[in-house]
Amino acid sequence: MSKPTPKTYLSPGHRGCAGCCDALAAKFMLMGAGPDCIVVNPTGCLEVMTTPFPESAWEVPWIHSLFENGPAVASGIEAALKALGRKGNTKVIGVGGDGSTMDIGIRSLSGAFERGHDLTYVCIDNEAYMNTGVQRSSGTPFDASTTTSPAGKVSFGNPRPKKNMPAIMAAHGAPYVATTSIGYPRDMIRKVKKATETEGPTYIHAHAPCPTGWGFDGSKTIEMAKLAVQTCLWPMYEMEKGEITQVKKVKNPMPVEEYLKAQKRFKHLFTMEGGDEEIKKIQALADWNIEYFGLQ
Amino acid sequence: MAVNLEDKSKMVVTEGSYAVAHAAKVCRPNVISAYPITPQTHIVENLSKFMADGEIPNCEYINVESEFSAISALVGASAAGARTYSATTSQGLELMHEVLFNAAGMRLPIVMTIANRAVSAPINIWNDQQDSISQRDTGWLQLYAEDLQESADMLPQLYKIAEDKEVLLPGMACMDGFILSHVYEPLVLLEQDLTDEFLPAYEPEYVLDPKNPMSFGAFAAPDTYEEFRYLQEQAMQNALPKIEAVAKEFGEIFGRFHGGLIDEYRTEDAEVIIMAMGSILGTIKDVVDEYRARGEKIGVLKVRAFRPFPKEQIRKAIKDAAVVAVLDKNISIGTNEGALFTETKACMYNARCDIPIIGYTIGHGGRDIRLETIAKIIEEAKEVASSGINTESQFVEVREELL
Repeated sequence: MSKPTPKTYLSPGHRGCAGCCDALAAKFMLMGAGPDCIVVNPTGCLEVMTTPFPESAWEVPWIHSLFENGPAVASGIEAALKALGRKGNTKVIGVGGDGSTMDIGIRSLSGAFERGHDLTYVCIDNEAYMNTGVQRSSGTPFDASTTTSPAGKVSFGNPRPKKNMPAIMAAHGAPYVATTSIGYPRDMIRKVKKATETEGPTYIHAHAPCPTGWGFDGSKTIEMAKLAVQTCLWPMYEMEKGEITQVKKVKNPMPVEEYLKAQKRFKHLFTMEGGDEEIKKIQALADWNIEYFGLQ
Repeated sequence: MAVNLEDKSKMVVTEGSYAVAHAAKVCRPNVISAYPITPQTHIVENLSKFMADGEIPNCEYINVESEFSAISALVGASAAGARTYSATTSQGLELMHEVLFNAAGMRLPIVMTIANRAVSAPINIWNDQQDSISQRDTGWLQLYAEDLQESADMLPQLYKIAEDKEVLLPGMACMDGFILSHVYEPLVLLEQDLTDEFLPAYEPEYVLDPKNPMSFGAFAAPDTYEEFRYLQEQAMQNALPKIEAVAKEFGEIFGRFHGGLIDEYRTEDAEVIIMAMGSILGTIKDVVDEYRARGEKIGVLKVRAFRPFPKEQIRKAIKDAAVVAVLDKNISIGTNEGALFTETKACMYNARCDIPIIGYTIGHGGRDIRLETIAKIIEEAKEVASSGINTESQFVEVREELL
């Protein structure tokens, strides 16, 4: 007998694109967190598409302040709930994109985690600044073509691999850090639930393919998310007190080509001279994941 | 400020920063969030000690990693229903700039003390008012204190104004760095019982609460954005009479009155009026007393509220003078004018009142302002009254040998 699907607290009718990864991520996040939470949502697609004044898709208390201060706002809410005697089991949840989390807001996030506030932060990582038109972030993968790291006659696209954000958060002494993917809703729901039930600052990094930014059909979002995991380019694991305690195994890893060729942002690797060598470099990144995280 | 005789027995000699920290404490804040920066540090150190000694009930103190996060944390805390406090200055205030607009736009009655200091470059830790003046368009109330006692007394007043349902705006209590923050003077520390009587608990109508979910900070398209801006301006206008009423009520309960929107000193028949904000007023008043002793009709207009800007009160106070000299510890580079001067001129332009107004930008980066300098300005103003304006606005003491 399958388990009943938990209730979500994000209403339909928001302005997300067809197949939007943010909508799926937010929905799963709230399924895991339940209604006793306060959500802080820095600037980004999720904020814009869910709250065009005077409408709101959020059935839990929600606040947006700025792009780079979500974790600080969350810190203040948590402190206020404690001071006013209203904390109880209420969890403060920050949820932002890769640009907000890994780039412009990392100071704020680092501060909140170092101070040990009782909050959960969820990074919805769609690997570029999608709200402003697919510009490169430190979450953009190696060789992806974006509008500010375009492939061209002398460029294969983004020259750097993704920043290892979960390791940075674990290094803050966070009691619980986990990676997940919207391709595996039950995994994400379980991990968010665990994160919100763990006292202290906890971090979830959710891989989230964006049809518009990556260049694939909106009906393939879940499929693309699964491909990232099955090619071992996105390892899913849990860390408790800095130690890896659980890894999602991938029995028969698929070659990275299967993932890359399905997306326009990597199309140049299949048309440009030297592209095959670049694909080998990306395969090496997946192989490193297999080795380091023991994915097989 | 006239010393209340009853106060004398209650006076203690203490530092301005301690008096301000103590005032913040008796206002019963729920969340304090701050980042250290000279010359604000003694305020937050004293508050930290109060916390360590358990002297601020129902309060959390957040040691943030930047001023940007200090004010951001208070945005969250205030939206959750907390009374909030921070203190900063100069670079810290400039770093907060983006969040200041946000806090005001979200109508969160956060209160901050600004220990006014010059801005970099060149780096300089001493007093002028460039830091808070540069934030004049962010939608925050701004009051400027003349002395230590007022720096402290301003806090409960500002909470009361900011939290008023017809206002709901954040506010800056500005005090000159070092000159007020680090000086020891006899003063009265705010009594807890009187402060409780004056300032009721903060009871917001809308808070972040899972039992009654609401969305804060939605985005507004062109069809609704303008109305948010309009309502902020209305709130500022609503604050004008509140600032006056709250100062009066404070006076009734505590026996001290520092002025409402403005405060006039010997202006009743004054031919020359000197206008300024902050601690420089004490120096000006000393010089004016000397002139008055000689029978010369010189007066002082203290501008206490810079935001909202008290146009009507200023017009009324200076309309019968022969000349007005405005002293600014700030400059809007490119206009060769300080902000108080520019705005005073602007509010007189359509007032059918053609008195000459001249401006001096003075005391940058803590340059000492001497009695002789004020006397020189008064002499120049008298000259303008008889022969018209020669130089409309100028720096006061530029060391030619350094140029």
